Amino acid sequence: MTTLLIGAFLLSLLVITAVAIVRATDLFSAVMLSGIFSLLMALNFFLLDAADVALTEAAVGAGVATVLLLAGLRLTPPTEARGRSLRVLTPAVIAAVALLMIYASFGQPSLGDPQAPAQQHVAPWYIEKTPELVDIPNIVTAVLASYRGFDTLGEVFVVLTAGIGVMFLLGGGRGKPFSRLDSNVEEGLSRHLIPKVMARLLVPFILLFALFIQFHGEYSPGGGFQAGAIFVAGIILFSLVRGERLTLAVIPPRVLLWMSAGGALLYGAVGLAGIAMGGNFLDYSVLADDPITGQHIGIIVIELGVGLTVTGVLLSIFHAFAARD
Amino acid sequence: MNLADHLPALQVAVPLLTAPLVILLRAGFLAWLTALVASLASLGLAILLTVAVLETGTQEYYVGGWEPPYGIALSVDGLSALVLLLITGASSLALAGGRQSLRLDIDNRRAPMFYGAWLIAMAGLCGIAVTGDAFNVFVFMEISSLATYILIAAGRDRRALSAVFKYLIIGTIGATFYLIGVGFIYMMTGTLNFADMALRLDDVIETRPVIIAAGFITIGLALKAAIFPLHIWLPRAYTYAPNAVTVFIAACSTKVAIYVLLRFNFTVFHGNLLGHSDLFSVFIIPLALSGILLASAIAIYQGNVKKMLAFSSVAQIGYIALAAGLASQAGLMAALLHMFNHALAKGTLFLCVLAFILTSRSAIITDLHGIGRRMPWTMAAFVLAGLSLIGVPGTAGFISKWYLIVAVMEVPGWGVPLVMAIIASSLMAVVYLWKFIEAAYYGEPPPGGDTAALEVTLPLRALIWVAALSNVYFGLFPQLPLALAQSGTGTLLGGLN
Repeated sequence: MTTLLIGAFLLSLLVITAVAIVRATDLFSAVMLSGIFSLLMALNFFLLDAADVALTEAAVGAGVATVLLLAGLRLTPPTEARGRSLRVLTPAVIAAVALLMIYASFGQPSLGDPQAPAQQHVAPWYIEKTPELVDIPNIVTAVLASYRGFDTLGEVFVVLTAGIGVMFLLGGGRGKPFSRLDSNVEEGLSRHLIPKVMARLLVPFILLFALFIQFHGEYSPGGGFQAGAIFVAGIILFSLVRGERLTLAVIPPRVLLWMSAGGALLYGAVGLAGIAMGGNFLDYSVLADDPITGQHIGIIVIELGVGLTVTGVLLSIFHAFAARD
Repeated sequence: MNLADHLPALQVAVPLLTAPLVILLRAGFLAWLTALVASLASLGLAILLTVAVLETGTQEYYVGGWEPPYGIALSVDGLSALVLLLITGASSLALAGGRQSLRLDIDNRRAPMFYGAWLIAMAGLCGIAVTGDAFNVFVFMEISSLATYILIAAGRDRRALSAVFKYLIIGTIGATFYLIGVGFIYMMTGTLNFADMALRLDDVIETRPVIIAAGFITIGLALKAAIFPLHIWLPRAYTYAPNAVTVFIAACSTKVAIYVLLRFNFTVFHGNLLGHSDLFSVFIIPLALSGILLASAIAIYQGNVKKMLAFSSVAQIGYIALAAGLASQAGLMAALLHMFNHALAKGTLFLCVLAFILTSRSAIITDLHGIGRRMPWTMAAFVLAGLSLIGVPGTAGFISKWYLIVAVMEVPGWGVPLVMAIIASSLMAVVYLWKFIEAAYYGEPPPGGDTAALEVTLPLRALIWVAALSNVYFGLFPQLPLALAQSGTGTLLGGLN
């Protein structure tokens, strides 16, 4: 009952936030509201016991995406352009889609129904077989990294493609001459004492937490995607306080490019190693004499690949935006 | 380790994993060469897979060694092989013929990123064609769409940016609709594997989520496939993309969306949802017919040759949709054959246009007056491919038009009007192609323009002619596409029994 009430409360807030985003003409408020929207979404996922998704949404949606949107906002006027738009068609399509989905929801199994088809078919197999075949406590990681590892390989390439797109269109990737950066970006908030001290205290812990999420993904919610996003959040905080110049000196753009490409290659190489060792593509069981050890090796290495690519791409995108005037 | 057993996985892995290597390169030429080699290797893999499918039937592959529905299964049948040949063939043709043109469009510094995106786009399209898993299709759809947006936006023409933004929004809506549909089906069946879905859907037919899912999936994919009137993103995207990119995407990307549409509607829905065949036909045939007639008419009035061919593509997608909408054996045969033959013709036509623009720097028909006299070889190839597009006997286009007319004649009561529509549209194709051909051969060159002979380099001319002659070859010896279409039709209609 309490869960239901909290759920109803959160969902109402979600709707209110969504309406506020659409109605906001000030882009800064829209970005902030979309951060709040992601945070509420993360809470909703958590309420549905999807801790892994909640962590991703909080780290990527509320954290990094908001920062990237703010970085992008530097390049645009602060308010929404009042262009001509299809005032009738757009709401009509949205209303039709919403009505259809509500109509469909009357026929769906109720939330958490153990008899629902989704709970009866592949899910019991995953729960029953994972200890025996993969032997890691977090079954979500087993599904993402091993059973459906091909999808996750694809998702890593989605991230890489996004990075390629931003680097290609904004001309980043090779580094911009520093003379083009304004002094704010160059020096950050280093003249302000309080943010500087706070960041100095926080950054090491954020980076450490990212490493924990990265390497503890088999046991608790987490993995490469979340770890990469949290790591990037730490670096961006550093960059905001100590300036772009120092951050780029610590991790040059060329290194970021190698991380982005290298992570994806590492993942793919594990797949090809499966073929070379006599299994199928992305079969980790053949990587060691003992299939379970092989699965563990495979999952740890591909998660590392995911983390590298996510970190490299997100930081490249941040720098690409920050380096624009 | 026998690599021949891993063909379905390698078909995706080879181009996908070459892409990160390409973006690390520093020189544009090397990046292009690596991309071309990877593309040709993929074409080789597609040919090996085709041979395997024709010899031993559908090729199944379990990624990670996990059997479906727990893991992701790849499944390559005749239809997949046909689509794979189109994707890898178009990519190789565009890369090989597009070197000079792309060098003008993309500066050397950014070229590695561009060719990386190219390979990712191709790998994504191949992934859609090989996989037997509905969610895996979505993942590869994301990959290929995102990479295609980069390719289209890559040129020097700033109008490409607004064109690609429209494509991005519409493409995302299409993909989201598809995902909503797959989500509903997962909710009701607990599976994502196509074959398993077809079996398990039997227990939950006529439930609301499944019916709504069928609608979302069909409309989402129709958006991606640019079926009239959901085509509004296509003409500008094709027109303002770099010319070599247009050759690549015009030949294959909408066909891949149609492939998924057919896969879902026939193998999953048709056998299970009562009346789905009729609904599908009622939805798709009117749209297809309007596309065939209106888009052809609009093509006549275009002053830009790329835009003219883009509207012609909308009409040709209409033929494919019409044939598929008949939901009969003959109709599917015609649809699959036309996917193949239209890709041959359109790929050749856009390659010729690339050559015209390479020498005269304009796609506007009035600027191209007299180009046929200056570039006789390229222009002759254009005419040949144009004949195939119209469907003149002796060309590949005739084979699919013939099958289409036979399929349409089977429809009780509607046979003759439908044939009339097809003939009317073909005549309009004669008009818009003739408009350009007349201007090219007999038009007065623009004042002050050069009239000296002006041909593209010999290798490009040779490539254009290889592409043009393939239209004749597959018109005279259509055994390969026929065999693949036959096998594809068999698996698609397997769901009806």
